[in-house]
Amino acid sequence: MRTPLRPLARILHARQQGENPDTIERENLRLRHEAMRDKSRARAEFRLLVLGLAFFAAFTTIGARMGLLAATEPVEPRASAPGAEIIAQRADIVDRNGRILATNITTHALYANPKVMVDPKGVAQKLAEIFPDMKAKDLERRFTDGRSFLWVRKVLSPEQMQRVHEIGDPGLLFGPREMRLYPNGTLAAHVLGGTSFGAEGVHSAEVIGTAGIEKALDARLRDPAQGDKPLTLSLDLSVQATIEEVLYAGMTMLNAKGAAAILMDVRTGEIVALTSLPTFDPNDRPNPLVDKNAEPGDSPLFNRAVQGVYELGSTFKIFAVAQALELGLVAPETLVDANAPMQWGKHRIKEFEGKNYGPLLSVTDVIAKSSNVGTAHIALMIGPLRQQAFLKSLGFFEATPVELIEAPGARPLIPRKWPEIVTITTSYGHGMSASPLHLAAAYAAIGNGGVMVKPTLLKREGPTTGVRVMSEKTAHEAVIMLRRVVTEGTASLGEVPGYEVAGKTGTADKPMRTGGYYKDKVVNTFASVFPASNPQYVLIVTLDEPIDTSGSEPRRTAGWTAVPVAAEIIRRVAPIMGLRPKLEPVATDAVTAASN
Amino acid sequence: MTDMVYGSNPVRVTEPVLPRWWRTIDKWTLTSVFVLFGIGLLLGLAASVPLATRNGLEPFYYVQRQAFFGLIALVVMIAISMMSPPMVRRLGVLGFAVAMVALMLLPFIGTDFGKGAVRWFSFGFASVQPSEFLKPGFVIVTAWLIAASQEINSPPGKSISFAIALIVVAFLAMQPDFGQAALIVFAWGVIYFVGGAPMTLIGVVGGLVTAFGFVFYESSEHFARRIDGFLSPDVDPRTQLGYAANAIQEGGFFGVGVGEGQVKWSLPDAHTDFIIAVAAEEYGLILVLIILALYGLIVVRSLMRLVKERDPFTRLAGAGLACIFGVQAMINMGVAVRLLPAKGMTLPFVSYGGSSVIAAGITMGMLLALSRARPRGEISDIFKRGR
Repeated sequence: MRTPLRPLARILHARQQGENPDTIERENLRLRHEAMRDKSRARAEFRLLVLGLAFFAAFTTIGARMGLLAATEPVEPRASAPGAEIIAQRADIVDRNGRILATNITTHALYANPKVMVDPKGVAQKLAEIFPDMKAKDLERRFTDGRSFLWVRKVLSPEQMQRVHEIGDPGLLFGPREMRLYPNGTLAAHVLGGTSFGAEGVHSAEVIGTAGIEKALDARLRDPAQGDKPLTLSLDLSVQATIEEVLYAGMTMLNAKGAAAILMDVRTGEIVALTSLPTFDPNDRPNPLVDKNAEPGDSPLFNRAVQGVYELGSTFKIFAVAQALELGLVAPETLVDANAPMQWGKHRIKEFEGKNYGPLLSVTDVIAKSSNVGTAHIALMIGPLRQQAFLKSLGFFEATPVELIEAPGARPLIPRKWPEIVTITTSYGHGMSASPLHLAAAYAAIGNGGVMVKPTLLKREGPTTGVRVMSEKTAHEAVIMLRRVVTEGTASLGEVPGYEVAGKTGTADKPMRTGGYYKDKVVNTFASVFPASNPQYVLIVTLDEPIDTSGSEPRRTAGWTAVPVAAEIIRRVAPIMGLRPKLEPVATDAVTAASN
Repeated sequence: MTDMVYGSNPVRVTEPVLPRWWRTIDKWTLTSVFVLFGIGLLLGLAASVPLATRNGLEPFYYVQRQAFFGLIALVVMIAISMMSPPMVRRLGVLGFAVAMVALMLLPFIGTDFGKGAVRWFSFGFASVQPSEFLKPGFVIVTAWLIAASQEINSPPGKSISFAIALIVVAFLAMQPDFGQAALIVFAWGVIYFVGGAPMTLIGVVGGLVTAFGFVFYESSEHFARRIDGFLSPDVDPRTQLGYAANAIQEGGFFGVGVGEGQVKWSLPDAHTDFIIAVAAEEYGLILVLIILALYGLIVVRSLMRLVKERDPFTRLAGAGLACIFGVQAMINMGVAVRLLPAKGMTLPFVSYGGSSVIAAGITMGMLLALSRARPRGEISDIFKRGR
């Protein structure tokens, strides 16, 4: 029962006595306050004890857990079986036929424990003899400055290791290392990318991908559960090697700065070969360029086929024509205006070397002769919106989805605004830039009867079902036109007997860093599908700044540079891939005659 | 005669400051702090060398810095521990105001040092993390408000302090620094708990914290990754947790030997958040248990001393300070042994970090000041028992 703060009886009594009744209230308040404090203190005492106990329990738990952890053996055995813990951590990479592209070898790293070193000075001198890039003085200083651990060398060859053994100093120690090895050297370097050591310990070091597919699929390659399952790529080692050889020869002969080639299966999107020159050795990756002003293409690490975003020139013309066919605007034999030069606003559309194929040209001839004006008129029929939509469906507005770490960064350069003049220039491949791989994917759609495929570096089991971007009829007509380019058009050097090459040349001026275009620097491209009667593969060959000097004056058009290189590639790789040449009937007769 | 004419020299009714300080201070706690700081320097000799090497500094650069800041921290601690509880309260409230302004300014002039969270002010030679200094101030303010609310006709201190807590948490979550935010919520909860929270409310608050944690898990990538790392049953040996666990195992009971440890080369936070792993690897379980015992001693002993405390403010503030100090250490070590999800929390006095060590000095100074022995009027209890 609580005392009221102002008990009436006492107040009245106090008033009668002439005392201040407020003192009674204050006294009661004080008592009540005191009682409250006592109660809260008792409760707090208990709760503080609870807290104290909780902390005690928590610290004890942590201590116990520490004890348990400390009592268990480390997961990696320390010295009992060196090397046991680093068996095949990173999965191998093999080509479509199971041939090794990347594997691991066990090697050793050299480290030192100067504390137990007998003769630091002698050791430093002997090490400097074994490794000429190390200085005896430096080593000696590091051996004697009181530290008890230092890395001397990350990777040793067996010979070097033997010589270090022969020094025989107890302060020199070897740590097993799993090292990534690319037995084919520079072959498919840009696809594979490369690796480097991540976190390093004495007993092992992790190998992490730094570029290419090694980085893009790093998680898969490092996944311990799939460590024994090699990663099978769609590449064919023989084809890759042949293409690199031919392309290198072509590049050297034509004095080109660089070159790239992509060979892709039109139905599955599998990339059978992908190369970019100049190349590098992934076993000994060069350092990336540090100079910010340097063109990325100057580094051998630059993957022209995927990262090289170029204006691909006249190879784009087939897209405008195919779309016009698809929309029913033209038929292959429709005559279109090709009177050059064509005036559009203040722009003047010219043909190559100021030629004039006009006044009228059939659509097939627009492609075969590579008429800018004819294509421009066809593009104007289509209009900017439909043109954009079609190029988008061919994948020209997105980075390619290929499994390379460099791919997402190589976004096509698309004009920000799309007035009709852009429609015109884009139709013949100027003003818009894309990588050769984009072109390969789009040409694959034409080659396979109108279905987009996803370019991939991984082996696929069967054809993929992509989005249909044009009818089979349109695709077929487009291929026939491309075939005409080779038989009687700009790519006449591209004919390979028996393999019915069909393709389109493209010569684009190189844009200057400062804006505008170079007069005498071009990127030449030949995009082809073969064999024309039933296309199986698409081959893109791109040469950077080539010059054909075999004639009386230097020639820089794709017909003289990229086309013969592509033809030589097809001539050599088609048989490797098991394509039967379509022999002329005469040849059959000859065989019969001979057997008789 | 002179005395009779001029009056005698005034007699000092109080003891001199230092002897009284020495008599009333909790010497166990004080000693523990000094030992912890010593251990911190010892571990820094091993753990901070890789960082110095990486940054191209002389090997013991960070040890020297830590010794410098540590000495400041210890001086600050002793100075504060000489204060009376009202002085501590004034200091705490002022400190809280300053730290709060600093915290609010962070989004505008703070820096993230490329770590993805804006938590620091950079002054070139040193950087300051305001949230470290906010914690002791926040505890004092909360304890003051809640203690005041226990008077009759008092202001609604509980609601006000809760509102302050929410504001602080909002600013911390913005950085984002969920660890410190959780610590603030925890501090408020502890003070409220000791200050007489109804049990039902404690349950509700616990539920809310869990719910918020869940929401953050869903919405914040940074946060979710750390929790996932904790929940996954087998630890990936390449994560910080993996390295830490491995280091403790390598260390065993007596360690691999001074300077022989490897974990410090692999862990980016070996000198701060995972310094206990370095301790475990190089000096073994022994040193870890000593460190644990020291923290346990400080926290439990301070709490036990506060049990006898009669002044509500002193009791609440002391409990809050002891608990945030203890819980930081607990979380830090709990993470290393994977009892708790990975959360960047420094080990007070041991981890490297100027802000951290000075803030710990302030916290401990206040705690020591509040837990000093003083007349408490226990005699009245004896009288009351008779009633």
